[in-house]
Amino acid sequence: MKTPTLTDKLRQDSVVLEATADRTGAQAIEHDHVARTTNRAGDQPRLAAVAITPETARLYCSVQQFLAQQAELLDRKQWRAYIDLFTPEGMYWMPANAEQTSWLDEPSIFAEDRSLMEVRMGRLTHPNAWSQAPVWMTSHVVGSVVLEQHEGMEVIVRSRFHATELRRDSTRSFVGTYRHVLTTKRGELEIVLQRVDLVNSAAPFDYVIQAWL
Amino acid sequence: MHDISKLIEPDHVHRSVYTDQEIFDTEMQRIFESTWVYCGHESQVPNPGDYYSVRIGRQPLIMLRGADRKIRVLYNRCPHRGVQLCGSQSGNVGSSLVCSYHAWSFRLDGSVKSIPLPAGYAGTRMTPDNPDCSVKSVARVDAYRGFVFASLGAAGPTLLEFLGEARIGFDDMCDRSPLGEVEIVPVCHRVIQHSNWKFFMENQLDALHPSVTHQSTGVAAARVERAMREHDRTPPLYYHYLSAFASPFEKWDSVQTVGFPHGHGLLRGYMGLRPDDADTKEYVAQMHAAYGEEKAEGFLDRNIHHVLVYPYLSIQSPLQQLRCLRPLAPNKTLSEIWHFRLKGVSPAIYQRALWYFNLVNSPATLINADDLENWTRGQRGLESNGGDWVSFHRNFGGDTQEGDVTYSNNGTSEAVMRNQFKAWAQYMGMGS
Repeated sequence: MKTPTLTDKLRQDSVVLEATADRTGAQAIEHDHVARTTNRAGDQPRLAAVAITPETARLYCSVQQFLAQQAELLDRKQWRAYIDLFTPEGMYWMPANAEQTSWLDEPSIFAEDRSLMEVRMGRLTHPNAWSQAPVWMTSHVVGSVVLEQHEGMEVIVRSRFHATELRRDSTRSFVGTYRHVLTTKRGELEIVLQRVDLVNSAAPFDYVIQAWL
Repeated sequence: MHDISKLIEPDHVHRSVYTDQEIFDTEMQRIFESTWVYCGHESQVPNPGDYYSVRIGRQPLIMLRGADRKIRVLYNRCPHRGVQLCGSQSGNVGSSLVCSYHAWSFRLDGSVKSIPLPAGYAGTRMTPDNPDCSVKSVARVDAYRGFVFASLGAAGPTLLEFLGEARIGFDDMCDRSPLGEVEIVPVCHRVIQHSNWKFFMENQLDALHPSVTHQSTGVAAARVERAMREHDRTPPLYYHYLSAFASPFEKWDSVQTVGFPHGHGLLRGYMGLRPDDADTKEYVAQMHAAYGEEKAEGFLDRNIHHVLVYPYLSIQSPLQQLRCLRPLAPNKTLSEIWHFRLKGVSPAIYQRALWYFNLVNSPATLINADDLENWTRGQRGLESNGGDWVSFHRNFGGDTQEGDVTYSNNGTSEAVMRNQFKAWAQYMGMGS
């Protein structure tokens, strides 16, 4: 009789039947207990959006332009004009994670009022800020702008940003969500609170962040 | 292999100890993977099954709380085919560690619990009674005041002997709580330095650098501080944290450093951290009530800026912060930055320390931005053939030796770096 070849041996179909015994294999493996990462934008997972009417459409356009101009000021290193976008009590806040609700009781990456922003600007513009010697520039793109809420003079806006930074010979990306609380109390739009949630805030930082994102 | 004994002299060291891959590998083996290394704080893993991933030298490990509440440190490796058992930075594994590849499972002490279809191993040398079927533990685990350390080497000093006088860092931190304890603030900032780990350790005790490196921030903060006073506003204490960096050289020269055995060291305090406000008064009263006035004042009067546990830890005890180094390559070091909360104090006392954490130790630091720049340039400079030696001559021979402790007579003395290299040489096998 002819010895079966490998092809002959493989001819028989092999079928994995449903497990007949009590839970084995895939049915028996304990569930991993590690909590899965949620993908939350800012402090609330809200998806609210103001209905677009002729009036809110005008506001929407103004807000979009405001956000684009704010990003432009950063990329052009117009620090004074950037700080002036904030109200006298305005805050720039980058929490360490999306679950945080206050900068007073938990560590932040940035938690700066205008006085602290003055210190940062003073450092950046000092001739002996050694870390500023190498080539350093950024480019921001702000998009996915949504008016979350509009009540009286207060507007809450959510958007996404992508900032690319060149420093010396390397390029880095910072991505995440902006949540602006804006006011028109003094006529023009001004920032009461800008919350910045970095997607990559939990990853190791390769070098540090020198300016607001 | 280099002749290590030719690289270290009492007043200078050869640049290759910062740049050479072979020396780095030897350091990992003879220092980091032999002696006691910091893992984390007990409060990071409060419940059975909680784990935190840790790296010691080149070894990925997990710090894991057992069903018996004991904390163990295990190699993060399934004994079957080597797959890492825990895939994230931290979490809870429930009642057992289960491998994601073939479902081998292990109890929280690392012992094997079950293997699928165990009959497949009958007659082989990999039967469950073989200790090689269990997750390997590190040789030694111990804790001091809630701070957990592991030693991959079985021999050598105990944790207490290793820490020696440097345990004052943990004492100073915990004693500032009326309950004598701290707990972790569960945010770890991680920042990569493009420099050898020694740059950080030396910089921490280098009292000449602050007013040079941090001139920009110190000057900018002092200007805002002054403007506030001119407008009759009292600047919050955290402006002083920043403006103090730009103090005159002479002031820095008066801040003493202390060098201990094993390369540990200490920089004495230079900031006024005990303001006279209502929050502080309440806190001091709490401390007096807890310890009695004399003892409490003894705790509050300790004037420490930070304490270094060589070769990887900086404990800023009066502000409850800690930075731990995990060397990755000769020119690459990961720093893990933590904050602790004093148990039993008001939120105002925590917030005072929090501002230092945000402004100095966050990834948007106004201070370390220039340190890291210097160390990167330092690393690049030492790769150059422009010179072979790194100088530690400042005040050489001008320090006070008392037993095995070195006190600098000038704050800017490079005594502490010389002391670090003395320990380095011993670890690397050069004797004493």
